[in-house]
Amino acid sequence: MIYFDNAATSWPKPPGVVEAMTHFLNKVGANPGRAAHRRAVEAGRIVYDAREAVAELFNAPDPLRVAFGSNVTESLNLALRGYLRPGDHVITSSMEHNSVMRPLRALEREGVELTVVQCSPEGSLDPADVGASVRPNTAMIILNHGSNVVGTLLPVAEVGRICRQRDLLLLVDAAQTGGAYPVDVQADLIDLLAFTGHKSLYGPMGTGGLIVGERVDVARLEPLKRGGTGSRSEHEQQPDFMPDMYESGTPNAVGLAGLAAGVRWVLERGVEEIRAHEVEIAQRLIGELQNIPGVTVYGSHAGEMQTATVSFNVAGISPSEIGLRLDEEYDIMCRVGLHCAPAAHKTLGTYPAGAVRFGLGAFSTAEDVDEAVSVVAELAREAR
Amino acid sequence: MTGHRYTVILVHSTSHAIRAEKALYQAEISTKLIPVPRHISSDCGVCVRVERADQKAAVETLKRIGLEVEGVHEA
Repeated sequence: MIYFDNAATSWPKPPGVVEAMTHFLNKVGANPGRAAHRRAVEAGRIVYDAREAVAELFNAPDPLRVAFGSNVTESLNLALRGYLRPGDHVITSSMEHNSVMRPLRALEREGVELTVVQCSPEGSLDPADVGASVRPNTAMIILNHGSNVVGTLLPVAEVGRICRQRDLLLLVDAAQTGGAYPVDVQADLIDLLAFTGHKSLYGPMGTGGLIVGERVDVARLEPLKRGGTGSRSEHEQQPDFMPDMYESGTPNAVGLAGLAAGVRWVLERGVEEIRAHEVEIAQRLIGELQNIPGVTVYGSHAGEMQTATVSFNVAGISPSEIGLRLDEEYDIMCRVGLHCAPAAHKTLGTYPAGAVRFGLGAFSTAEDVDEAVSVVAELAREAR
Repeated sequence: MTGHRYTVILVHSTSHAIRAEKALYQAEISTKLIPVPRHISSDCGVCVRVERADQKAAVETLKRIGLEVEGVHEA
């Protein structure tokens, strides 16, 4: 079996992840921050450890400004809906996932002005086009760091500089890069970083969060939900401090125990080393696919310009048929279609049919790549 | 009455208390997280208990890491 759907969720997980979750359920089990007995405090320590691990990975100075949530979509909704008001202007790219596009389109109906900056057919973005779109009422720029369709990296640090010059906030969707590519909220000038736990952070599903930088006025960033936090229980008003103000309701502590273990594994192995491995196998995949007659590879065509997510099509056979045959006949798991990103596929010229996406991960090997490519070559031959 | 042995330091929440506990441990100040004593606050969370003699050093340590202290009480 070859698992090439790491861009949707990583598999397998490092061994410590399952152990940490089993330990939490079997030996701790209590509700973090909801009581003062030792099990509850221990649960709180485990959640805090996850906060510290995430802060270390992204070089965030204060672990208490990491707010956990159920996934990156929730964090993006919190940042967009919580911060933007009718009359504000927001800028994004034409390579965004629907986790950004749908909240923005809904906000647009409520009076937020939206500019979608066109990316190249390879999915790259010219920072000058972003700078030229800034208006007096621009409040925020939101960009994905790496495309979920073709892996193309966007120039977040350059846009970060524009944001500092023009006194705007930069929100980055790091779903595809966190853990797989160096992300440094201080060096990259990122004010709000939305991350997911279950992709290249190697934690379980149901974990993610938002890192809120010092330039963000939390009094303006409204919570998505309000409720019990285990703190200030005497008050019927929501707390006004982080992380509690954005973390109402019992957290996914068992998931966060697994997330902490996943991030520690990434830190131990080193993001640079994981990145080097992924560049190598992505470059191998791109090169081999390009050699097959009838195969079109999308994106940058260069491993160092993108993540290890590669999309392609085969002449004469639809993406959905390829996906079905890879699964049923060859035991290869990938994702075909539009990947929740119609804007990105329109930019790449692959809308509405979509493409075949191979999402490689830290556990993918050169042998996996060679085997999958030989199958694609076989399918391409049949279709000619 | 004199001779209170402990000081309790109130912080915003359990996350803050655990941050405090780690910083104080690194500063070699012995701590225990305990339920907030009822006579001090109606909050249901935990607070940081330190030896009376360590109060000044503890509060300074928390200030140094930028952790907001809600209150300091004898206990």
